[in-house]
Amino acid sequence: MEYFLTEQQKTLKSLARRIAEEKVLPVRAELDEKEEFPWEIIKTLADSDLFRIFVPEQYDGMGSSSLDLCLVVEELSKVCSGVAVSYAATALGAYAILLYGNEEQKQKYLPAIAAGKRLAAFGLTEPTAGSDVSNIKTTAEKTPEGYVLNGTKQFITNGGEAEIYTIIAVTDKSKGARGASAFIVEKGTPGFTFGKKEKKMGIRSSSTRELIFRNCLIPAENILSKEGMGFVVSMRVLDHSRPGISAQALGIAQGALEAAVDYTRQRVQFDQPLISLPVVQYKLAEMAMQVEAARALVYSVAKTIDSGAKNFTEESAMAKVFASDVAMRVTTDAVQICGGAGYMRDYPLEKMMRDAKITQIYEGSNEVLHSAIAMELRKRKGRRE
Amino acid sequence: MNIIVCLKQVPSTTEVKIDPKTNTLIRQGIKSIVNPLDSYALEESVRLKERYGSRVTAISMGPPQATEMLRDAISSGADDAILLSDIAFAGSDTLATSTTLAKAIVKIKNYDLVICGRQTLDGDTGQVGPEIAEMLGIPFIAYVNKIEEIANGKLRVQRMVEDGYETIETSLPAVITVVKEINVPRMPSLRGLTKAKSAQIPTWTTQEINAEKETVGQAGSATWVVKVFYPQRVQLAEMLKGDPETQAKALVEKLREAKLI
Ligand SMILES: Cc1cc2nc3c(=O)[nH]c(=O)nc-3n(C[C@H](O)[C@H](O)[C@@H](O)COP(=O)(O)OP(=O)(O)OC[C@H]3O[C@@H](n4cnc5c(N)ncnc54)[C@H](O)[C@@H]3O)c2cc1C
Ligand SMILES: Cc1cc2nc3c(=O)[nH]c(=O)nc-3n(C[C@H](O)[C@H](O)[C@H](O)COP(=O)(O)OP(=O)(O)OC[C@H]3O[C@@H](n4cnc5c(N)ncnc54)[C@H](O)[C@@H]3O)c2cc1C
Repeated sequence: MEYFLTEQQKTLKSLARRIAEEKVLPVRAELDEKEEFPWEIIKTLADSDLFRIFVPEQYDGMGSSSLDLCLVVEELSKVCSGVAVSYAATALGAYAILLYGNEEQKQKYLPAIAAGKRLAAFGLTEPTAGSDVSNIKTTAEKTPEGYVLNGTKQFITNGGEAEIYTIIAVTDKSKGARGASAFIVEKGTPGFTFGKKEKKMGIRSSSTRELIFRNCLIPAENILSKEGMGFVVSMRVLDHSRPGISAQALGIAQGALEAAVDYTRQRVQFDQPLISLPVVQYKLAEMAMQVEAARALVYSVAKTIDSGAKNFTEESAMAKVFASDVAMRVTTDAVQICGGAGYMRDYPLEKMMRDAKITQIYEGSNEVLHSAIAMELRKRKGRRE
Repeated sequence: MNIIVCLKQVPSTTEVKIDPKTNTLIRQGIKSIVNPLDSYALEESVRLKERYGSRVTAISMGPPQATEMLRDAISSGADDAILLSDIAFAGSDTLATSTTLAKAIVKIKNYDLVICGRQTLDGDTGQVGPEIAEMLGIPFIAYVNKIEEIANGKLRVQRMVEDGYETIETSLPAVITVVKEINVPRMPSLRGLTKAKSAQIPTWTTQEINAEKETVGQAGSATWVVKVFYPQRVQLAEMLKGDPETQAKALVEKLREAKLI
């Protein structure tokens, strides 16, 4: 399929693929087994300038294109989406600074993120606030010395490994959803520690951890935008980052499709390779169509963002829901047509199936995003230009 | 500091086939790669650049296709690259190859260190590095596995020898050849790839390097490859038969016969 990638994007894609095949493939099973954070691969990605692609040039980046990020995440996810999300979560953490940071904040944090020297993370979710983000309990109290944070964030990707955190906390309880604000908190700040590291079903090489704030004092200048903007920042950041998660799902699905084709070409039953059986052919064709449709949607949404569109909540949600459902279906079918081998850890498919599940849950569960899409439909009465 | 790194393009080993009629390598349609050890030489040059702020120039003698390999070198951190290519260079043995490379190095003029791989995948002689040093009349150190320091016009390295390591210091300029233990070559960077795409890679011919026609290529070679062939495979192994006990007995018998036990 022709997606009209620029020369630079083709170069980027093939670089990401090369890193995935040469550096990630040989260690992915081990990283999954040991639930080990992929520091060495992160360093390779950094040295290859891949953290620069979501940061503008004036902060040592190489532009900031949503499609570029999608291409890299897709290529990495074809091989290991645990690695891919560890990379993409830094973009997620950085988006708040990119979109809402003032000049000093950008100068201070973005060059180190672009160089891959410091990873970032985004902390919104709490034990009481998953889909219902308005129910966050972490507070940021303004004092003459700065803001004092108290509370616990849960399920934070890159927790413990990242050095720069965007944290959403309540600054004014009386104002409800307008009473939250976004802050930059650096690892090492007194009163900021890490709690339980989660043991997960999939994306096991990524780190998912609790962030604990106990009278954690941060400078007043660490606020992003202004007080009361916490949820606006969050929603906007997630609109921007969802194409990345869609690309993760897309990569997993593509990887599973390739593995399934390879296996069914080789496996002989009833004197013929599995791929000659009509049932298997039908399934593979269905998988291929879904993957390609997901790709077309994900790339289109990324291009929409890159074109300078103002509001793309709906588009971004569509890409995420569609691609993640495709990833789940395709990986499940891939395991099925590869039989027992598909189920075994010696083959990559069972991991891909485990990894696919998370894409339907995080960055807004698919159920919640269906509501978001419906709300937009209601607003625009379903009409399209 | 200026570093020159010598890179040779070689056929990818896994795909090399020998033409049974002519007994020569079939190069058509075979993917060419950078000689694996030369990528360690390049990586070390780039690391020195990061450490000391040097400038890295990659050179290669080879056919025009070698330009692509030189572009890859730029994407992995080399600043410039020069291709040495001329019909007259065809059929070079190590003497003619070294002459050509040495002449080009003399033409580049400003250099402090020349880094080569220990040996190549195809020619496999390991002679080019030392020959270049000899022709340039400068010190040479082979099998370097670690560059310890460059300071005050001196280079201190560790090199691998059969029964251990040696630490050697030399004045600069000098030529070294490196072994694969020296580093882990990096992936190209996006900035490097972008730069490489538009990089101008000049081609120098016999004329540009001020070489006499009789000293390069086949004419300047002291040796010729007359024939390349696989040694005949002879089956010398004897398979012992029977259950493990019988086999063990037979094996002991054989070893006794051979007076090995
Ligand atoms: C099968 C075969 C057998 C041969 N046998 C002989 C022989 O017996 N005697 C003989 O004199 N020649 C022989 N040659 C030719 C000779 O080996 C090469 O053609 C010569 O150009 C370089 O020698 P090398 O490949 O052995 O390099 P080596 O000396 O093994 O290379 C050491 C390093 O020198 C540098 N270098 C080598 N060649 C180049 C280059 N073209 N451009 C840039 N840097 C380079 C690289 O850094 C390399 O790692 C043979 C060639 C082949 C293919
Ligand atoms: C591995 C991992 C990494 C994560 N990384 C981060 C991170 O980096 N930063 C961060 O802030 N968060 C992160 N999260 C949190 C993630 O975004 C939430 O888990 C997700 O939003 C769902 O919230 P929940 O788990 O509390 O589920 P709940 O909100 O309890 O939902 C449970 C189920 O109920 C459904 N449901 C809930 N409300 C509705 C509704 N109104 N309508 C229909 N269905 C509904 C949901 O769809 C879901 O199926 C991560 C989570 C995981 C598992």
